[in-house]
Amino acid sequence: MSNFPWLTVAGAIPLVGAVVIGMTPGRSAPGSPADRRARDLLVKQIALVTSLVTLGIIIAMAVQYNTGGPRFQFTQTYQWIPQFGVHYAVGVDGIALVLILMSVVLMPVVVLASWNDVEGGSNPAGEPPARRSVKSYFAMMLVLETMMIGVFAATDVFLFYVFFEAMLIPMYFMIGSFGVGQRQYAAVKFLLYSLLGGLLMLVAVIALYVYSTHGGHQGTFLFTQLSHLSLSPTVQKWLFLGFFIAFAIKAPLWPFHTWLPDAATAAQPGAAVLLVGVLDKVGTFGMLRYCLDLFPSGAHFFTPLIIVLSVIGVLYGAVVAIGQRDIKRLIAYTSVSHMGLITLGIFVMTSQGQTGATLYMVNHAFATGALFIIAGFMISRRRSTLISDYGGVQSVAPILAGTFLIAGLASLALPGLSTFVSEFLVLVGTFTRYEAAAILATAGIILAAIYILWMYQRTMTGPIKPEVAKMPDLKGRELWAVAPLIALIIVLGVYPKPIIDIINPAVTKTLVEAHSTNPVPPHPAPAAATAGTTSDVRHRARASHVAQAQAASKRVSVTLRQRSSA
Amino acid sequence: MTGSVHSALMPQAAAALTTYHATGIQDAAGLLLAFPLAGAAILLLGGKRTNSWGHYVGVAMPLLAFAYGVAAYVQMLGYPAAHRSRELTLYQFIDVGRFQVPLGLQLDQLSICFVLLITGVGSLIHIFAVGYMSHDPERRRFFGYMNLFLAAMLLLVLGNNYLALYAGWEGVGLASYLLIGFWQYKDSAAVAAKKAFIANRVGDVGLSLGIMLMFAQFGTVTFQGVFAAVPSASHGVVTAIGLLLLLGACGKSAQVPLQSWLLDAMEGPTPVSALIHAATMVTAGVYLIVRSAPIFDLTPDARLAVAIVGAVTLLFGAIIGCAKDDIKKALAGSTMSQIGYMMLAAGLGPAGYVFAIAHLLAHGFFKAGLFLGAGSIKHEMNEEVDMRRFGGLAKVMPITWVTFGLAYLAIIGIPPLSGFFTKDPIIDAAFAKGGTSGALLGTAALIGAGITGFYMTRVMLMTFHGERRWDDTVHPHEAPPVMTWPMIVLAIGSVFAGGLLIVDNRLLNFLGPVTGVPPTRHGLWTWSGIVALALVVVAFGIAYALYGRREIPVTAPAGSPVTVAARKDLYGDAINEGLLMRPGQWLTRLSVFFDNRGVDGLVNSLAAATGGSSGRLRKLQSGFVRSYALSMLVGGVLLVGALLLVRL
Repeated sequence: MSNFPWLTVAGAIPLVGAVVIGMTPGRSAPGSPADRRARDLLVKQIALVTSLVTLGIIIAMAVQYNTGGPRFQFTQTYQWIPQFGVHYAVGVDGIALVLILMSVVLMPVVVLASWNDVEGGSNPAGEPPARRSVKSYFAMMLVLETMMIGVFAATDVFLFYVFFEAMLIPMYFMIGSFGVGQRQYAAVKFLLYSLLGGLLMLVAVIALYVYSTHGGHQGTFLFTQLSHLSLSPTVQKWLFLGFFIAFAIKAPLWPFHTWLPDAATAAQPGAAVLLVGVLDKVGTFGMLRYCLDLFPSGAHFFTPLIIVLSVIGVLYGAVVAIGQRDIKRLIAYTSVSHMGLITLGIFVMTSQGQTGATLYMVNHAFATGALFIIAGFMISRRRSTLISDYGGVQSVAPILAGTFLIAGLASLALPGLSTFVSEFLVLVGTFTRYEAAAILATAGIILAAIYILWMYQRTMTGPIKPEVAKMPDLKGRELWAVAPLIALIIVLGVYPKPIIDIINPAVTKTLVEAHSTNPVPPHPAPAAATAGTTSDVRHRARASHVAQAQAASKRVSVTLRQRSSA
Repeated sequence: MTGSVHSALMPQAAAALTTYHATGIQDAAGLLLAFPLAGAAILLLGGKRTNSWGHYVGVAMPLLAFAYGVAAYVQMLGYPAAHRSRELTLYQFIDVGRFQVPLGLQLDQLSICFVLLITGVGSLIHIFAVGYMSHDPERRRFFGYMNLFLAAMLLLVLGNNYLALYAGWEGVGLASYLLIGFWQYKDSAAVAAKKAFIANRVGDVGLSLGIMLMFAQFGTVTFQGVFAAVPSASHGVVTAIGLLLLLGACGKSAQVPLQSWLLDAMEGPTPVSALIHAATMVTAGVYLIVRSAPIFDLTPDARLAVAIVGAVTLLFGAIIGCAKDDIKKALAGSTMSQIGYMMLAAGLGPAGYVFAIAHLLAHGFFKAGLFLGAGSIKHEMNEEVDMRRFGGLAKVMPITWVTFGLAYLAIIGIPPLSGFFTKDPIIDAAFAKGGTSGALLGTAALIGAGITGFYMTRVMLMTFHGERRWDDTVHPHEAPPVMTWPMIVLAIGSVFAGGLLIVDNRLLNFLGPVTGVPPTRHGLWTWSGIVALALVVVAFGIAYALYGRREIPVTAPAGSPVTVAARKDLYGDAINEGLLMRPGQWLTRLSVFFDNRGVDGLVNSLAAATGGSSGRLRKLQSGFVRSYALSMLVGGVLLVGALLLVRL
């Protein structure tokens, strides 16, 4: 099966599912409301089955991934536009693999969570969205899944660019046509921001191609060939900027973030999960894969600036989140803060930072996804997104409150939950090179505790508000949507090693390509003391330490005596 | 008397230690975590199905852990002193470059002390809670959280590296959050829970930065590795690590300036208070300092900071304890104060580590006894906690009176009860430190002992003696046996623990290999001990004159400015509010405003400008596909332009 086109097949299945959905009879087809409901149900079932099959394929592929193998695996390369050296080329390294896994795990969850959204399930006003086509909503979701797989799997820069831009279209409609509140404003803002970045990137992509033709070579867009291109530092800086701004908008990095709260608030919860959970990660993935690898000296030039922006984003996003009155906006701003940590981890250029950042992309998708989904379930019951409209929910809906708390605790990176591992890796990786940045970013964990627990206090605890007194607890479909995320949050928090082992070799290669090495500790512990428990008996090298301790305490007693006599 | 002898003898830091693989029973040390974790999982995931029998599971798990702890302790005693440090790795937790963190457990003399305290006193509190919470419909969930609390605390003291310690550390924070806010339908409980977590998080920043600094300097976070490498680091680095750890300890152990959460934490059910104050949580800071002895041994500056924090807090808490009419809050002030003693002792280095732990263990008994006694009273008095509404309870609740009374005698340090044995060495060691700082620290500890005598006598008199001041709606009588038996066991511990630990240097000889050996003490009676006892007697007299001989008004009198300040927790909340909360709120509002108007406004007007007008923007909305095509065209033009430019 080694030559089986895993990625192409996995990517094609959702597209096929979308086509099948397209062939089912639409809303205008004759029939009673019951018939229509049956047709809608069929559409949802197709979407669910398709996403589950895709998940199965990707898992089958992932278990065959060889962590010690070549950088890109499951590769396929075909010529697409030979005149311009464009290829259909796919393959995954460890980073792309875990991001694809993350995307396909999220998809069935989102389908389940969005089950009634087109009928107005999560709409605060209780109205259905403007366009009530169950078919097109779920078809677009599946098309988006194809693009998500494609964008992470592409190893041809042009192909990546096509997916990168094309992803905008289904998301634009999912927000603009199926969203709530100021959905059109939010959708256009999202589109304009992304297009601006995309065009800058396009220029850089073309320029890259042109440089690949220098010296009489056949031009190419293949990543593996482009990464060996030698570009002058000046060119690198400009091209880096072209790529980076696109990714920074997508991520979003402060101060390019303002589209995100609007878009995430206007989107249905399921769409918000895909937006924040997956689409944002395309930005940080792009930085890690393309900005560092293709333009190492450009990356090094801009690193100080990006670190400053990241740290600002961490603190700024958290502070603004504290001040929000709307649940979805609050969650969106927490993401601005978390995305700041991810970009920080990428650009500190340490293996802890980058492994942590990649792991954070995955963990953040699950934690924030769970927050959005559960908040959506709550909103669908009370028909309000305002925090002040809730209170005492824990007493009437303990499972809803409990799962929301677990997701919230993951958001504030509590040890034992997945995000802690990634956040600590990012911070410790930052500390080894930029102490000040790490200290500031670590202070963010206090702010995280404030925005999560204050929100929890205002919505879930206290006396029961009359409007929530009859709120039913999570049930059936909702539990099935939430349970996998909660389980992943806990399992990856207790035993993150399998995922880390996939990510780490890829990060190591990225670091080599970016000409970076980990800082060496100035006073490394003797090997015997760090060897773990593999050696049978170890001696604590404390003889010298005891002598020093005694000398130190002698010193202080002498100085104290001097002080007291003086 | 013995002061001159002390300064002549330098305290001995711990000798070279060898760590061996755990074998036999100890090899299953994971069970210590597994029992309470299983309890928490069964009770919290099992839901209402487990309501009828859940509390049995909740009690059985800590008892099983205790039984295992005793077995592991017995096995440890079978080894010679230098062979008692054992460890095992459950699995590799994180492995990224040099950052290799095993989930490893370490059973040594220090951690086994805590294991026995946590599971032993913890089990007694669980048993008590069966009766105390019997009317609460959510008793099962309560036991789930309590089990989780024990599991987190056990991880904290068993971890063989700083990250595992940190995981337990924050887990304790979570469990306390859940338990303080257990009656979350009360706003005050929900607010107190959040406050506790956030104050703890401030400390956690310190601890996590300390861990990062260790990794950056030494390339490892295991105790073994860090302690082996720390002598080669510069003094500044070691001091920085020490101070960061101290910040962490201040948060968890409610030391000044992060003390404010502890008094509000009384919102939780009383067994929670007993657990937080006696067996878990607040002792964690002391554990952290003592466990990090090889670091603090090298940095007198950080040690002095620890001692100062301890001395300030021991006075701070004692003063607050004097003014509170709420029996639980008076005891909470007392906890701050007693933990202050332990921190002070820990700050004295090898001269004090053992005494910090001795006092911690003895305190575990008498403070748990006091809180369970207070719980027993509260349970019988319809949730009343105002001591001005008590009085004369000795007659109706004799067992509570006797057990509470023994714990009272223990905490104020009456010989031969526990507190006398464990508090005096701390005062003595503080003076023995020598110099101005030693004199100041010792004096603070002496004064604190006196104040302790005062406020505890006040609690005792107001609660159990004098005229009954409760009204006819309450009918207090002795609590059921499931509640009184744990109190009796704790009272026995309060009487004997101190003597057992200190006489013949038992604890000292046991812990010495880990904590170092303080200078030999000559006899039990030191001049500081005599002065302390005299102060306590004087304080007793004053308290008796104020509260024993006079009628106690049911409403509190206005009181002096000091009393008013102490009632308000010495303005800890006001300071936090003025320095942190208010500016924080303004910053938040300003940021939200800036984000809406500044960043977003700028971008919107930019978008409008490039689009020509906001009308274009709307048009784009309606004619999306056309405009997208246009954008593509523009992109294409740019593309061609770029191509041409570069080709030239």
